[in-house]
Amino acid sequence: MTAVGTGRARPRDLGVQVAENVLFAVGLPVLAVGLWAVWSTRSTNRFLVGPRTLLDAFRQTWIGPAFADDVLPSVYRLLIGLFTSILLGVAAGVVIGRFRPLREILEPLLEFFRAIPPPVLIPVAMLLLGITDTMKVVVIVSGAIWPILLNTIEGVRATDSVMLETAYSFRISRWDRLWRLILPAASPRIMTGVRQALSVALILMVISEMFASSAGLGYRIAYFQRNYLIAEMWSGILLLGLIGVVLAVVFGVVERRVLRWYHGMKEVTRA
Amino acid sequence: MRKILLGAAGLLGFLVVWQLIPTLGLVDPHYLPYATDVFGRLAEEVRDLAFWRRVRLTMTSWAIGLTVATLAAVALGTVIGMVPFLRRATHTTVEFLRPVPSVALIPLAVLMFGLQMRAALVIIVYAAFWQVFVQVIYGVADVDTVARDTARSFGLTRAERLRYLVLPTALPYLMTGLRLGAAVALILAVTAEMVIGNPGLGRMIELSRSAGDAVGLYGLVVVTGMLGLLVNVVFRFVERRSLAWHQSVLADEATR
Repeated sequence: MTAVGTGRARPRDLGVQVAENVLFAVGLPVLAVGLWAVWSTRSTNRFLVGPRTLLDAFRQTWIGPAFADDVLPSVYRLLIGLFTSILLGVAAGVVIGRFRPLREILEPLLEFFRAIPPPVLIPVAMLLLGITDTMKVVVIVSGAIWPILLNTIEGVRATDSVMLETAYSFRISRWDRLWRLILPAASPRIMTGVRQALSVALILMVISEMFASSAGLGYRIAYFQRNYLIAEMWSGILLLGLIGVVLAVVFGVVERRVLRWYHGMKEVTRA
Repeated sequence: MRKILLGAAGLLGFLVVWQLIPTLGLVDPHYLPYATDVFGRLAEEVRDLAFWRRVRLTMTSWAIGLTVATLAAVALGTVIGMVPFLRRATHTTVEFLRPVPSVALIPLAVLMFGLQMRAALVIIVYAAFWQVFVQVIYGVADVDTVARDTARSFGLTRAERLRYLVLPTALPYLMTGLRLGAAVALILAVTAEMVIGNPGLGRMIELSRSAGDAVGLYGLVVVTGMLGLLVNVVFRFVERRSLAWHQSVLADEATR
């Protein structure tokens, strides 16, 4: 923006600036909810509910025992699946990324597995493992691991060769090389993979419960829909959305901490 | 050459292991059928018109969904990305709506449109839209400030600025978004068929499962994987071709 001739050139009151930021952040959401509230009072569409009804349904449906019965187990499986994927994906990615022959042997195979739409693995997992909690975690891992694995391989591969050779000549131990050079060098790519894995894992959590469960968030939402409990169904969608947002926010914080050096470096080279 | 040979060896090794697991009795063949059976069934299927009709149905909803999502995302993304006020005002809303898992909308789509392709399209469009939209916004906002000021002082019209300034800057981003969106749209196309039950490959997978037809089920999983691979390869090719003039591709070619 050109600063010349506008009020921006002068340092403004801090309070005004904060107020402006807040207004920008909440303006559109507040406006949207307001319109929605007005519109819902005159709409006759059975499948859409107003914000007040939705909030009531949300409170009645999810706050209380349902939280412990349906929400916590789902989120628990999601987190277990995610951490397993990160652990396995990064470990396998480092090994495959470091050994060129192994990488060349596995590359087409990995490309194929990544291309399989993860939800089709649910029927396969049901066949192999039955309808169990393990199966749901396995489904999450089998979908979420690929972006992490492939990004780790790429990141490990792209480790600066001069730094690697320096590390060799200084006889830095294998362990230190891994922790102090290879993993940090690959971490921006690993984080990219984890971000992609987050949304896949969330999708698989919901779908696996819609398919094969008698509890859990996905099951509940499908149940509400089949029984025409419209407001409750909407409240479930809202809750899933909130979980997605919370995951994204937590990941954003973690990413900024882990990659602080990287973002800092990028700023410096840009300036 | 060496790469192709090793890759083929890897694939072959995988198939051998797959064949050996039920042969050695590690897993019951009812649950993990022999690789030879699965590929034998696939060879039969590809001669069956019903199979191709299902592929066509799945790919049709994929194509429609991706097209609608891309058009909407490019139109909205360009407008919002070019106007700083809109970008600031929509930021929180976008960040809230984007992580909402598209499958959460399945029950809603079913209620509104019934067990039809239209219900599936809602899910596909929602999922693919964000992938493209976010990239377009980044792309449009990435226009070099010096280039933009230069264009202004040379008196380029709005249309000219779009054509010569914004489009070349945003194109690499758009292509990335398109590739990601295409992959996501396929995932959701198949998923919607599995859950909603509109006809296509996904429904066939669900039917094979409930009928206990493991051979058919594994065959279909392989087919969806091949489709996914095809989509990836095609979009990567398009990406390279349309960005042949771009630095990132040129630098890549130079180092070869």
